[in-house]
Amino acid sequence: MKEGGTPQKTLTFLERFYLAEVLKGLWITGAHFFRNLLVHTGRALGVVKKRRGAVTIQYPEERRPIPPGYRARHRLLRREDGSPKCVACMMCPTICPARCIHIRAAESPDPTIEKYPVEFNIVLDRCVMCGLCVEACPVDAIRMDTGVVEMSAYDREEFVTGRDFLMESTPADERAEAEE
Amino acid sequence: MNLLIVLIKIFLMIAFLMTMAVLLTWVERKQSAVMQDRIGANRADIFGLRLLGLFHPLADAVKLLTKEDFVPPSGERFLHGLAPWIAFTTALAAFAVIPFGPPIHLFGREIPLQVADPPIGILFVFVITGISIYGVVLAGWASGNRYGLLGALRGAAQTISYEVSMGLSIIGLLMVFGSLSPASISEAQGGLLFGFLPRWGVLVQPLAFLVFFTAAVAETKRIPFDLPEGESEIVGFFVEYSGMKFGMMWLGEFVEIVVMAALIAVLFFGGWQVPYLTPAGFAFPGGMMIALPRGLILGMQIAAFLGKVVFFCWLQMLVRWTLPRFRYDQLMRLGWKGLLPLSLLNILITGLVLLIGGT
Ligand code: SF4
Ligand code: SF4
Repeated sequence: MKEGGTPQKTLTFLERFYLAEVLKGLWITGAHFFRNLLVHTGRALGVVKKRRGAVTIQYPEERRPIPPGYRARHRLLRREDGSPKCVACMMCPTICPARCIHIRAAESPDPTIEKYPVEFNIVLDRCVMCGLCVEACPVDAIRMDTGVVEMSAYDREEFVTGRDFLMESTPADERAEAEE
Repeated sequence: MNLLIVLIKIFLMIAFLMTMAVLLTWVERKQSAVMQDRIGANRADIFGLRLLGLFHPLADAVKLLTKEDFVPPSGERFLHGLAPWIAFTTALAAFAVIPFGPPIHLFGREIPLQVADPPIGILFVFVITGISIYGVVLAGWASGNRYGLLGALRGAAQTISYEVSMGLSIIGLLMVFGSLSPASISEAQGGLLFGFLPRWGVLVQPLAFLVFFTAAVAETKRIPFDLPEGESEIVGFFVEYSGMKFGMMWLGEFVEIVVMAALIAVLFFGGWQVPYLTPAGFAFPGGMMIALPRGLILGMQIAAFLGKVVFFCWLQMLVRWTLPRFRYDQLMRLGWKGLLPLSLLNILITGLVLLIGGT
């Protein structure tokens, strides 16, 4: 036996013979087949309601609920007056492991605030959805709670999300409430 | 007139096989899905109608027909084109000797419900499956692709190894029924064993059935014997095939499943025989008789045959979606050290029993 390797389980004669094991396997898969077939038929006839014959979620029509705290596409928060909450402190671009946040800062018109972002681009096709930007932000200006998980585009430029786009995104739970 | 009848039968047979093969592509998708708690292919639709994914074979056909038919520049053009035909036609031809039902009497002549009934019918099947290896080998060789060649070599080695056990396994059966013709073997399985059991091949020759079934699955080159294909490593002997040529290889595989299922049904499960159904009606061992009209009996017998074929197709699918692929040494060990001695042993035992029992 190789050193350090896990000792191999020796097979009993019956297991080596394989036939009994084959039958066992067939029994399991066959049982699944007939049970699911029965459930499918039952559901088609409207007899079975609770049980499902398959674990499949038929994606575009059906969706898995997104759990709270799920890191989806980013959004930038606003102040009461609608201006960006972000103070362009550069914490998030600094921590971002993918280096995909690009901020151009300018002096804020508000004397109590030092800076604000004129440009705030997140290059989504580079982002690894780690959420560190959210953690790093000292003023809670960036969150990943939009619940948008489908990010696709026909060319790379479309993945660059601008400041206003990020500010216009709404959190998922708000949207859900609005729908109700 | 005879020619016309044969032509009609050939037409019906091909229609049956093709329908079954096309349906099996659907069954394979759906059955595997149901076995694995999935739903399976259901997206192909016509005007929003999905019919449980039954349109997928149609979509496949359209796709395969419109795809580019590519012959690799390093390949042999002629042989590359020939190989799928061999694979496909041999699979179809093997079905010719399978009897669908008992001979029927129509307009004063006896029409056997099978395309041809040569006295050496079973041998014919083996000859044809033997030829079908050429399809595999040529496909691999003519592709000019190393992986294709590897697959072809594996296919040839495997088919030859398992053909031996397959042929030997049914010798015991032939000894019991004393015939090589599938029609008379089906006929002979109508009798009773010990007065109450149907005299089916599987009850007379259980060991032979196991060996034959294993070898038959190996012959179809599907999981767990799919080394010639080996999807995940070498893609297989048809790696360089595209479009309808690939489609023929693919359909041929499904036809082969039907043929093997039919062969198993005929040899081991009474073919078109329904237990206790005699030409006059049901005759149960207790002495009870239920007379039935001729047409109904014939219908039941053909339905029984089809039902058996469908069942064995299903069983092969079940096996295919349950077991993992063998390693190459395991494959050869099973073939030569497992099945071959078992089939020889079976011949020995059958011979002894026949000698002592005298029947
Ligand atoms: S989630 Fe991670 S990778 Fe994406 S922008 Fe924030 S810090 Fe960068
Ligand atoms: S960490 Fe917050 S405040 Fe600082 S630049 Fe990023 S989003 Fe703006």
